[in-house]
Amino acid sequence: MNPVNYLYLAALLFTIGATGVLIRRNAIVVFMCVELMLNACNLALVAFSRMHGNLDGQIIAFFTMVVAAAEVVVGLAIIVSLFRSRHSASVDDASLMKL
Amino acid sequence: MTDLAAYTTSAGEAFQFWVLGTIAVIGALCTVFMKKAVHSALCLAGTMIILAVFYLANGAYFLGIVQVVVYTGAIMMLFLFVVMLVGVTAADSLKETIKGQRWLALLCGLGFGILLCAGIGNASLNEFNGLGQANAGGNVEGLAALIFTKYVFAFELTGALLITAAVGAMVLTHRERTERAKTQRELAEERVREGKQLPPLPAPGVYARHNAVDIAGLLPDGTASELTVIKTLRERGQIRDVSDEAINDLKALEQRAEERLGREEEATK
Amino acid sequence: MENLIALLVAAPLLGAAVLLCGGRRLDAVGHWIGTVLAAASFVIGAILFADMLGKGAEEREMTQHLFSWVPVEGFQADVAFQLDQLSMTFVLLISGVGSLIHVYSIGYMEHDERRRRFFGYLNLFLAAMLLLVLADNYLLLYVGWEGVGLASYLLIGFWQHKPSAATAAKKAFLVNRVGDMGLSIAIMLMFAWFGTFAFGPVLEATGETSEGKLTAIGLMLLLAACGKSAQVPLQSWLGDAMEGPTPVSALIHAATMVTAGVYLIVRSGAIFNGAPDAQLAVTVVGAVTLLFGAIVGCAKDDIKKALAGSTMSQIGYMILAAGLGPIGYVFAIMHLVTHGFFKAGLFLGAGSVMHGMNDEVDMRKYGGLRKYMPVTFVTFGLGYLAIIGFPGLSGFFSKDKIIEAAFAKGGTEGWILGGVALLGAAITAYYMTRVMLMTFFGEERWRHAPTPSPAEPSVEPAAETHGEHAEPHPHESPSSMTIPMIVLAFGSVFAGAFFGIGDRFIHWLEPVTDHAHGHPPVSALTVTLSTVAVMVIGVGVAYAQYGRRPVPVAAPRGSLLTRAARRDLLQDDFNHVVLVRGGEHLTRSLVYVDHTLVDGVVNGTAASMGGLSGRLRRLQNGFARSYAVSMFGGAAVLIAATLLMRAV
Repeated sequence: MNPVNYLYLAALLFTIGATGVLIRRNAIVVFMCVELMLNACNLALVAFSRMHGNLDGQIIAFFTMVVAAAEVVVGLAIIVSLFRSRHSASVDDASLMKL
Repeated sequence: MTDLAAYTTSAGEAFQFWVLGTIAVIGALCTVFMKKAVHSALCLAGTMIILAVFYLANGAYFLGIVQVVVYTGAIMMLFLFVVMLVGVTAADSLKETIKGQRWLALLCGLGFGILLCAGIGNASLNEFNGLGQANAGGNVEGLAALIFTKYVFAFELTGALLITAAVGAMVLTHRERTERAKTQRELAEERVREGKQLPPLPAPGVYARHNAVDIAGLLPDGTASELTVIKTLRERGQIRDVSDEAINDLKALEQRAEERLGREEEATK
Repeated sequence: MENLIALLVAAPLLGAAVLLCGGRRLDAVGHWIGTVLAAASFVIGAILFADMLGKGAEEREMTQHLFSWVPVEGFQADVAFQLDQLSMTFVLLISGVGSLIHVYSIGYMEHDERRRRFFGYLNLFLAAMLLLVLADNYLLLYVGWEGVGLASYLLIGFWQHKPSAATAAKKAFLVNRVGDMGLSIAIMLMFAWFGTFAFGPVLEATGETSEGKLTAIGLMLLLAACGKSAQVPLQSWLGDAMEGPTPVSALIHAATMVTAGVYLIVRSGAIFNGAPDAQLAVTVVGAVTLLFGAIVGCAKDDIKKALAGSTMSQIGYMILAAGLGPIGYVFAIMHLVTHGFFKAGLFLGAGSVMHGMNDEVDMRKYGGLRKYMPVTFVTFGLGYLAIIGFPGLSGFFSKDKIIEAAFAKGGTEGWILGGVALLGAAITAYYMTRVMLMTFFGEERWRHAPTPSPAEPSVEPAAETHGEHAEPHPHESPSSMTIPMIVLAFGSVFAGAFFGIGDRFIHWLEPVTDHAHGHPPVSALTVTLSTVAVMVIGVGVAYAQYGRRPVPVAAPRGSLLTRAARRDLLQDDFNHVVLVRGGEHLTRSLVYVDHTLVDGVVNGTAASMGGLSGRLRRLQNGFARSYAVSMFGGAAVLIAATLLMRAV
């Protein structure tokens, strides 16, 4: 098997995640789809690391994880406060920015 | 574990890739299309564990473990906590409310995926060095050497970012109580003043055949009173409505009674 | 000696600055300051003249470079003066007549509380006019040109409380602007084609310049001359300019400023010599104006306007002569100088008459004034004899030479131009005799002037201050007014003979302007005799009409031509119809175009933008997921573009 397949898998997962972000209305699920996209990226980075024979790709994947953790913390806090103020976790309910 | 230096991987890894890759894709699809957030979270956790295995297969041992510990262990649990906190809402419905959104999303997704794959196919990826040399001194030691030398600045920055995120989350979710909590007496007086529901809310299952929190109590005319069920269950739509059952029971009771009365009438005749 | 040239301009300029900036504390002495500085300019001019006479004919030109005005690479504008015989003539005329009129104005403007300001303006005019004739390049000449325009505007509108004066000033200014445009275009053309505007290089360069270019410059210069010298078609302002005080009319609108056009054409002689078409245009303009002004002069009852028509006509003679080329330049200037004397004298005489007649200007309310104003009568009469070309007086010499030169033009043109000039001489004799007879002879019509009814004694308070009721009491003017008139009368009588006999003026001016002796198809004596003959005819006709019959106080209706001439031969109507109406129509159509086309495009753009925005607005539905689709689609497009570029 050619390790390039890992990249195809990553692309597939990324696309699924992106489509999920677009389709789902529940902010938590949207957020999970974002995480899925990040993970797909990480997989691609790890595969790159293997292809190039150095560890820089893994380092970047590591940083992605750290940033994702920070993002999750803040994002979930936002969802919680949104739910508190609107009693809803739907991203469509926060649609005040329109004419 | 695997032959890292080869251009093509071993048959074992290929087998592992195809099997686990399929499951990962199914898990991802389930994440998107499961109706309930809890199910989505669980499917995502599964996908992430499979990804952790792939990390290990690609020689990223440290990342593989971190993926399991941090992502599946910590972050996904955080997700589940929030799901629990928020509860099930109408937003869980998969019914689309924005016109054309679903088709546009699918079209974009499809196009994007095709283009991405085309890009990968286009790229010259003939060099496949493997990590044998890089991992020679140990994967963790190699990463550490890089993190604390070449990437130390970025590393420090991520530390700052994490602290900021933690403070930010607290600021966002924490609500300072600015007024004294109301005593029970005050609450009672308030209720009297408003004049809405003076006595305590009726208990569920009152006048009903079943006594359970998810069954609405029946009013004297046999209809169900939603007031008797707690708000969370009401919002989730998890009320088991047994009013018809009760009315049917009443009808059967009356019929039986009439039958008996009829018999008694016949007897008196 | 050269260093004195700048003082010629500086003296009156200093006077203007002191008088205009000095404020009321100079009211008591302002007129003396102005007069002394004007006279100083004349004295300096006389010294320079004496110096010039001491040199040979070829060494008389003097130059003074004052400073570099615009020292830019490829664009050299200097403030430098050039004093040659031509300029000298003008300097003496301007500062001489100017000084006399300053003296005259002391008496004439005695009762005007803004006299100091008047003298300031007069000094400003003198400075600008001297700058105009002394400049050694066209750009500096343009400064003087605009300066005299400004002074003219200020002085015509000096009695600005009269709406007619304010309007006349505006009219003069506007019409002059048209001419100024011609001069500025001519200067630009010179700079474009010759790379300089100094007289010397420009006039030398005409030799190797194509005729077309010279014609273009010449026609533009002609336009400038038409504006400043009130020639057809830009003549309409001069009649109205008589709203200004009479000394102004005498100095600016008779003797000096209006002759600036003649100076410009003579100074640019080399350009016109190389452009026969432009020259022909000059002669045509001169000939037409000559008749035009004369006809207008015949019909006017306002003494100043009659004289204004005469001025127009006489300048027409000069322009005609200037258009004849080297055979006419000298005579144009000669007539200019003699005209400066006699026309200034006539205007001052008219002013003196008005002074004694409560500022009445209608000649039909004059009559028989010779008994009451003997000095005015004599000086005015000498001016009159000079202008009609009475043999021996100055007008005779200069005008006769012009007519001779017109015939000498040769061919059909020569006959036409000569004929027109002769006809003009006859009409001149006619209308000047008319003025003379109506003013100084005949019955005393002013005695019959209607007196205001006793019920309204305060209708004319001005009349009250002059004595009793409206009936004027003609009296001779004070000596400050009569002395300049006497001096000018001397000039009117003797200047022509002094210049003409022995060709003295020709020899004086020849080094600057060239002179070619013209050969008329008929002998000079014949021309002279016919000039005298037509003059006698004109006088005779006028005498028959106005001397032997009483003049009605109310103007008769008159023939169609008379009525047209009273309306300045419909020049204002023409301007109104062609320019004002045309302008209005143009403006209206432009407004229409603006409203429909320009506004349509603008509003249409706005409306289509609004409509487009209204539709685009629907994309802004506020749903984050919609925006995410856009982002995602955009990312897909970016990838596609990258791949495409790599493939290509």
